Amino acid sequence: MDLHFGDSKPTDDERAAVDALLGPPESSWEGADRTDADLRWARGGRAARDRRDLLLPGLHAINDRIGWISEGALGYLCRRLTVPPAEAYGVATFYAMFSVRPRPATVLRVCTDLACAAAGASALCAGVEAGLGPGAHVERSPCLGLCERAPAALAVRAGDPVRTAVAAPATVAAAVLAATAPDSAPEEPPAALAVPQAGQEGLTLLRRVGVVDPSSLDDYRAHGGYTALRHAFALGPAGVIREVTDSGLVGRGGAAFPTGRKWQATASQPGRPHYLVCNADESEPGTFKDRVIMEGDPYALVEAMTIAAYAIGAHRGFVYLRGEYPRATRRLRHALGQARARGLLGDDILGQGFSFDIEIRRGAGAYICGEETALFNSIEGYRGEPRSKPPFPVEQGLFGRPTAENNVETLVNVLPILTMGAPAYAATGTAKSTGPKLFCVSGSVARPGVYELPFGATLGELLRLAGVRENLRAVLLGGAAGGFVRPDELGIPLTFEGTRQAGTTLGSGVVMAFDDSVPLPRLLLRIAQFFRDESCGQCVPCRVGTVRQEEALQRIVARGGPEAAGDIALLREVGRAMRDASICGLGQTAWNAVESAIDRLGAYE
Amino acid sequence: MTVTPLGIPRRLLEFAIDGQQARVPEGSTILDACRAAGKDVPTLCEGDTLRPKNACRVCVVEVEGSRTLVPACSRKAEPGMVVRTGGERVRHSRKIVLELLASSVDLSTTPRAAEWIKEYEAKPDRFGPGAARVNEEPRIDNELYARDYGKCILCYKCVDACGDQWQNTFAISVAGRGFDARIAVEHDAPLTDSACVYCGNCVEVCPTGALSFKSEFDMRAAGTWDESRQSETTTVCAYCGVGCSLTLHVQDNEIVKVTSPHDSPVTHGNLCIKGRFGYQHVQNRG
Amino acid sequence: MRKRQQKTYTRLTHPLVRDSRDEPFRQAGWAEALDRAARGLERNRDAFGMFSCARATNEMNYVAQKFARVVMGTHNVDSCNRTCHAPSVAGLTAAFGSGGGTSSYEEIEHTDVIVMWGSNARFAHPIFFQHVLKGIRGGARMYAVDPRRTSTAEWAESWLGLNVGTDIPMAHAIGREIIHAGLANEAFIERATSGFEEYRALVEPWTLSLAEKVTGVPARAIRELAHAYARAERAQLCWTLGITEHHNGTDNVRALINLSLLTGQVGRYGAGLQPLRGQNNVQGGGDMGAIPNRLPGFQDILDPATRLKFESAWDTVIQPHYGLNLTEMFEAMEDGTLRAVYCIGENPAQSEADSEQAVRRLQALDFLVVQDIFLTKTAELADVVLPATAGWAETEGTTTNSERRVQRVRRAVTPPGEAREDIDIICALAARLGHDWKYADAEAVWNELRSVSPDHYGMTYDRLAEHQGIQWPCPSTERLEPTYLHGRLWETDPDRRGTPAPFGLVRHDPPVDLTDETYPIRLTTGRRLDSYNTGVQSGGFASPLRRGEYIELCPEDAERYGVAAGEEVRVSSRRGAVVAPVWIDTALRPGLAFMTMHFPDEVDTNQLTIEANCPIAGTAEFKASAIRVEKLPVATIVR
Repeated sequence: MDLHFGDSKPTDDERAAVDALLGPPESSWEGADRTDADLRWARGGRAARDRRDLLLPGLHAINDRIGWISEGALGYLCRRLTVPPAEAYGVATFYAMFSVRPRPATVLRVCTDLACAAAGASALCAGVEAGLGPGAHVERSPCLGLCERAPAALAVRAGDPVRTAVAAPATVAAAVLAATAPDSAPEEPPAALAVPQAGQEGLTLLRRVGVVDPSSLDDYRAHGGYTALRHAFALGPAGVIREVTDSGLVGRGGAAFPTGRKWQATASQPGRPHYLVCNADESEPGTFKDRVIMEGDPYALVEAMTIAAYAIGAHRGFVYLRGEYPRATRRLRHALGQARARGLLGDDILGQGFSFDIEIRRGAGAYICGEETALFNSIEGYRGEPRSKPPFPVEQGLFGRPTAENNVETLVNVLPILTMGAPAYAATGTAKSTGPKLFCVSGSVARPGVYELPFGATLGELLRLAGVRENLRAVLLGGAAGGFVRPDELGIPLTFEGTRQAGTTLGSGVVMAFDDSVPLPRLLLRIAQFFRDESCGQCVPCRVGTVRQEEALQRIVARGGPEAAGDIALLREVGRAMRDASICGLGQTAWNAVESAIDRLGAYE
Repeated sequence: MTVTPLGIPRRLLEFAIDGQQARVPEGSTILDACRAAGKDVPTLCEGDTLRPKNACRVCVVEVEGSRTLVPACSRKAEPGMVVRTGGERVRHSRKIVLELLASSVDLSTTPRAAEWIKEYEAKPDRFGPGAARVNEEPRIDNELYARDYGKCILCYKCVDACGDQWQNTFAISVAGRGFDARIAVEHDAPLTDSACVYCGNCVEVCPTGALSFKSEFDMRAAGTWDESRQSETTTVCAYCGVGCSLTLHVQDNEIVKVTSPHDSPVTHGNLCIKGRFGYQHVQNRG
Repeated sequence: MRKRQQKTYTRLTHPLVRDSRDEPFRQAGWAEALDRAARGLERNRDAFGMFSCARATNEMNYVAQKFARVVMGTHNVDSCNRTCHAPSVAGLTAAFGSGGGTSSYEEIEHTDVIVMWGSNARFAHPIFFQHVLKGIRGGARMYAVDPRRTSTAEWAESWLGLNVGTDIPMAHAIGREIIHAGLANEAFIERATSGFEEYRALVEPWTLSLAEKVTGVPARAIRELAHAYARAERAQLCWTLGITEHHNGTDNVRALINLSLLTGQVGRYGAGLQPLRGQNNVQGGGDMGAIPNRLPGFQDILDPATRLKFESAWDTVIQPHYGLNLTEMFEAMEDGTLRAVYCIGENPAQSEADSEQAVRRLQALDFLVVQDIFLTKTAELADVVLPATAGWAETEGTTTNSERRVQRVRRAVTPPGEAREDIDIICALAARLGHDWKYADAEAVWNELRSVSPDHYGMTYDRLAEHQGIQWPCPSTERLEPTYLHGRLWETDPDRRGTPAPFGLVRHDPPVDLTDETYPIRLTTGRRLDSYNTGVQSGGFASPLRRGEYIELCPEDAERYGVAAGEEVRVSSRRGAVVAPVWIDTALRPGLAFMTMHFPDEVDTNQLTIEANCPIAGTAEFKASAIRVEKLPVATIVR
């Protein structure tokens, strides 16, 4: 491609960061010194253009090393990958974790989302801003997925290697320490601490968390690991799909689509290759279960993905992992390496003639990338904007090929299905919502964390388990895209059909309790801000609608009283159009929580 | 041996629009079918030479069995589909979309915007004086065309025309996110520091006048732009041997704008810098 | 960016005359100017040449050649197609009997392999290149053969950076490799071609390793291209002036055509040969007979039946021999056998290679009448200057593009002052010289052409409008022919197959202007995206891309000669010298420099180029001069 590059040159560090990812450039046309051979022959074309998907890893490489992405660095990366600089700039500016302007090497992200806001995030922000010098940059962040330890802060110090430190629950001093000396900040507590039931009998999905050493493949095997994969090979791909279909497993990411049907549809596509994508971009405020699994039992995801890939006929899988989850990334990367070394990934797995490998692709701060097609675009090196459906991913997914995309929790359910058999699995839970479910409980409870309960337990049972506090004012189910319920609705059964019947949603399993110390209008405003910030901007209803929604809520907070009626009517009209006419789930659900707060809680009465 | 491939013959499929049976070739969109049936569906981001982006959502219609409304411009017609183009639900979304757009950007040079705002009884003012707008000053960094992003509805057409669908120059992209997203060259530099080759193919597809030829921009500023006094004559470019069709827009015996017919087998509506802007020499009349 | 004072031309609004070349022009009425022109031509009836215009309409070219043949009784008519694509026409005609590109733009979107040879279409033919890009996006693989790694080449799977003037060795090596790899289409060769055995013997010495030595391109790269082209189900071979502007341009064209004959990549949908024309009507000018060897409809003058047809249609006598081409006319000026020229819309004083020589020859004419929209450098040399209209915006008519598509041009603006349409002026002159032609309008001219040219017969103005142009041949008003030519070559019936296409037995002959110690750098020339030819048209608009004329060098050479970007240097060839600032471009390599002809009023590049002409087509070797670059005594940096 005849690309145009400006005059800016990369620094040695920037060049090294890119070369560490891509290897040294092969010719002067890619940025090496000119040789005689370059003057007579240049290769390019399709092979050169086909490396676009390395753009996001390349941006990470630069950002990790330098802390921001300069013109010279972006230009060099573009030259290496044959990507137009304008497009790469569009991609870089899409993600909250990247900066195209100079900033300090250390960035401290302080979560100001729902659970952390309720736990004093604004005071924390003010404190760290006062306590940190110009050497670090403080950013207010949407949910960091550390809700069980709110308030939370994540420090990232660029360098070689990049260093991260988490302070949660964060005091000003702890957050400042994490930012100024990430290496000497205290180790994060083990993942098991996020699982109050850890070690208890009767757990299925969480049974190894806190029990096994998450770095040890042997330990994983000693606790039943890789039994399911052997069963899968014995069953054959069609047999695996039958088991999964019969188990009644449905997607845990929120849409509750039957997993067996998705796999069957992907497997039966004549187009090749097939891809498996694990959606680990857990960004719904209040959700952190996938992080806990990846940190506490990472081999389970590796094994489950291998089984899924075997079933759908994929030889390449991707885990799209939130950029805000450095520990989960490390643990999973380690697990992949171990599995590869032991022949559990790669060619001829377990001598069965099946080859499969997994790549981790890190997100970079964009809630929208949890939407399956936005996630594909993100992996492919484009802006994480959702595609219109149809065509559906099973027909044209990643790289335009048949793709099964599943959430982490969905995938790890496949292990018990194959070890205990579909009928036994389906006996758990209710007839329509089978199996166990993970819930992320946070907010005003004594024991926040991830809970595993069979489908069908009531909201009240779950909250009692977590030690709900007095003066409960509202419970948010399903996160920002979910809905509020009242304290007198704790009898709602936690199933897909039960929540639907109650006019609310289970979503991804977020259960956030708020007592009356938290002003509801502030909460709603934070939700509205979240959607405004996270709208990708592609379609009008969402791009402008989320802004108008936030403005109306601001006005209501400022004015209150009877003047609210007009704005509430306006919110309803805009909300309805967002729900009806937005491209993807983000816009379609951006008004849910506010609507439920108005209608169920009487938020502005 | 005179074999010219015509492509695979397309089957016809039947479905219902507003209670009437429609027969269209497989692969047609709902919008194609609506237009064939003489129904006026508003569109902004749709372009006859571009793949549908369905970003503006003003063309939404109701499809039985669909949870949400669907964009007519991109959704392919399916056999047995039941489509409603004019119900209250459809009108509501179109009205809100027009209100959201008109309250955030300047639609004064968007053809038919005023008409639709009236038709759908949209009241953009009701978001109040504090409603956020895309406040951008016109950018004039070259002599050939102006970029007034205060009029930009972010339809992506310019990006698609500059990108892999036609020009493959990739000078512009959408940068930023959400309401802050803007069409920009890398590092938001002036056009003159970019990959832009001034073909003007982005201007050709811009539906709002956010991109306009400098000649038109200046004449509008001076109040002399008057389309009722303009003639349009299609001829052939005077430069290289490719033979591009040019439509000369002439006002008072001056060429004020050059476009190309979108159905021209040579250009498909695209030109290069010489064809688009290289007309001045004939009117250097001394 | 350096401050540049580009010459802008203003329109001619009145006829200009003068009694002697030493005097300035004075404005005159049309009657006086035409009378003077008629007298000047009358007295040189036996020594006349017509420069017709590759940018004017078909109708104007038809009338202009008719003027030469009927009024002046000569076939000395030609146009600037001589300076660019005449070798393509000559080569294609020799192989297939017809001088047009064999494919259509749309076909290249549906082909599998595209070879762009000596063509920077991304700059020179941007909208054609969009069709190429459609093909690439659809999965076609493109190969670029060009000394420079141009914007076009940057899109290629593989760019082959050969030495200037080594196209024949490259083509022959590709041919040999195809034969040796067993990839030649033997059935097609057998049925549709002639001279294969001689061709096989001719290319046999051109092993990949010898080709690597001569062209500079690694053998592996040549082999890869050979296999890709031969194995493709459909392949397109496109070229531009990098092939034709050589002293052996026609040979170069033949060498490329050979590859299509060898593999059967011609005469099918998506498989063909596409020379990209440089001017809006360079194809049509030739089609209309504004060339010395063909009557309208590309019909051979030497064919008695054709002559008879025209003699009765025009009520005249057609000389049974070819006329002089542009190059030969210039040579005839030198020896005094050509003394009067009627030059319409051409600027040979700046566009000819060795422009100093061209000016000198024009000055030696007894009489020069120039008909143009501007007072060009050529017009400045004239005795009479007639103000014309701009073909594409001020007149009705048609032009014919590179895919043989005849399209309507229309009058959109009123011409300035007393400017008159070309046809109108020619007819007025003809009337003064005893031929009273009555054409009601351009369509009447067109219908006369249709009546004498079978290939155009089916193209009425109504049909041209209806179909947005029609490609020739179009012999019927009822139907359209396929988009590609020479499908006959695939017929099984020998009668319908017609004359087999002969392989061209052409030999490598390096550029005439050899590089040596005094002139160590090879200068090649080309176009930029926003400028056009001598800049008379394109200078009129404010292109943000325009930076004026530079001598472009690779970074290594700049360092070697101790010159910096923007520094003015002296560039000399064996013919002349110019001063130009330096631009540094990595698309070049040591020993290879690049300039354009776009700014002759700033830097007259054609003072450097050599008038070494193709003996068949007459095109000069603009693409290969030997130069040296010297620092000026006092460095001047322009930015």
